Amino acid sequence: MLKIENLHVSYGGIQALRGVSLEVPDGKIVTLIGANGAGKSTTLRTITGLVKASSGSIQWSGEELLGRSIDRIISAGIAMSPEGRRVFPDLTVLENLKLGAYLRRDKAEITKDLQWVYQLFPRLKERDWQAAGTLSGGEQQMLAVGRALMSRPKLLLMDEPSLGLAPLVVQDIFSIIREINHQGVTILLIEQNANMALKIADLAYVLETGSITMRGTGAELLADQRVKEAYLGKHKN
Amino acid sequence: METKRNKTILWGLVLIAAFSALSLGAEGIAEATGQTLLMTVLKKGTVYALLAVSMNLLNGFTGLFSLGQAGFMLIGAYAYAILTIPVAKRAGVYQYYDGGIVQFSIPEVFSGVFGDLVGGVIGMVLTLVICGLLAAFFGWLIGLPVLRLKSDYLAIATLGFAEIIRTFIQYESFAPLTNGSNTLRQYPTFKHLYPYVIIVGLCILGIVLLVNSTYGRAFKAIRDDEIAAEAMGINLAKHKMLSFIISSFFAGVGGGLLAMYMSSVQAKGFTVAMTYEILLMVVIGGIGSISGSIIASYLFIGCSEWWLRFLDDPSNNPGGLKLLAPGFRMVVFSVFIMIVVLFFRKGIMGEREFPDLFRQRLKRTKKEAVEK
Repeated sequence: MLKIENLHVSYGGIQALRGVSLEVPDGKIVTLIGANGAGKSTTLRTITGLVKASSGSIQWSGEELLGRSIDRIISAGIAMSPEGRRVFPDLTVLENLKLGAYLRRDKAEITKDLQWVYQLFPRLKERDWQAAGTLSGGEQQMLAVGRALMSRPKLLLMDEPSLGLAPLVVQDIFSIIREINHQGVTILLIEQNANMALKIADLAYVLETGSITMRGTGAELLADQRVKEAYLGKHKN
Repeated sequence: METKRNKTILWGLVLIAAFSALSLGAEGIAEATGQTLLMTVLKKGTVYALLAVSMNLLNGFTGLFSLGQAGFMLIGAYAYAILTIPVAKRAGVYQYYDGGIVQFSIPEVFSGVFGDLVGGVIGMVLTLVICGLLAAFFGWLIGLPVLRLKSDYLAIATLGFAEIIRTFIQYESFAPLTNGSNTLRQYPTFKHLYPYVIIVGLCILGIVLLVNSTYGRAFKAIRDDEIAAEAMGINLAKHKMLSFIISSFFAGVGGGLLAMYMSSVQAKGFTVAMTYEILLMVVIGGIGSISGSIIASYLFIGCSEWWLRFLDDPSNNPGGLKLLAPGFRMVVFSVFIMIVVLFFRKGIMGEREFPDLFRQRLKRTKKEAVEK
């Protein structure tokens, strides 16, 4: 279980997170929704160690993550599929996937996981010799998720997997997220597409200007009047 | 993976053997026809191939735009000369400094044990390794402050350090060691071409293996996207340093070989212009292509040393024109370079390697077969 308590992060003088506390129970899909600039990405980046927190704590299975180096955080079983996909454009699909397993030394297991990722995304197998930069947006997103899975994470952090994708492709991605979760990977999902995210989430948090304002199950928030107005674009009748 | 690596090693060794044999043949032809420039081009081209590949490792594969290559070459060249000048000749070389302070010569030490020929060669090769290690050590030292910088800033800083190294070597107080601004000469060199080919070949094979390893993949990831690479758990500082040190090592070895080729070294020659020449080879060959760098270095040296020579000779002027004169070759050469840059945006090879050319053709023919 990932447990964040009273997390404060600031960029220079600007406070991005003002005391965020949230929990990600094992085996669940947890989603974090909020407007632009609410601090969603900052939360994820702080968990992986890309951004340093000013105070608070992040506990992962009882161990403190704050202050650890990124490679140690990733070795502990946390992987991130970053915002905007960020695949390595000049490397092949296969090389991208292998880089996901960079910190692992167990070759036989890596081959097994490669097969697993190819099973989840047959499209990637077809294109494994192609440079990642030549893939379509949807395929690149699949690659970013596959690459993150190659470190065999217990917790997968996903930063806006639907960004810039066609609605049909977004549905594909979400059904794969569910599939990955069924296979035992805990997921922390950040989304602008609150409707889709809340539908698949076991647990959801609403983040506003750096603090959590609401929490509940996905269904609860989906039915909540305030959420509807603010994030789902539905007016009061 | 294992089999692929073994295949690369096998192919590399076969190629090195083939080129060594070819170089013997070329030597025979050059002697028979009196074409001395051929040997110049091949020797210098071989040395520059290693230098270009070492720079490509840094600039093309790791995405660190460094212009310090001449500095590391200088360290290699001086290390080689200082460590190998025969003791008996030191008084002559260091004539202003009472024979200098280094009073041994590594090849001579080994000659004492293994005999003149074998011991000499062992000593020379070992000294080349020391050249590399010394350059790598300075690479580490310079890398500590400099590798925090990015792109242009990194280029400027490394350029500055290369200049500092050059000035230090010419510094009067170090003269008993470096002979100040006087030349170092009379050290042993390889007479033939094939030792150059073998040494450069082995070094390049090492770089190829590195580039195709997990480390190489991490380097390329850093080049493509630093943040994503970091998110994969790649330690940026460590890998950048590693790439910088390895590149400096091979630049040092290349510098030692260059010293051999030139048969006398002087710090004055290792200017920024030398780094730019190597950078040009890397760009012309294709940033991120090892075979491109090799091909480009031979073409570059061939053009600048041999094929365009006739342009410098005033007696070749057609009908009263006063166009051809010493230096005109460089004008034409610059035009060539502009053409390459304009029409081959990504260099001769782009990011492909030599075997890729065949692979693509194979794919195309397969595709055509399917379509029929």
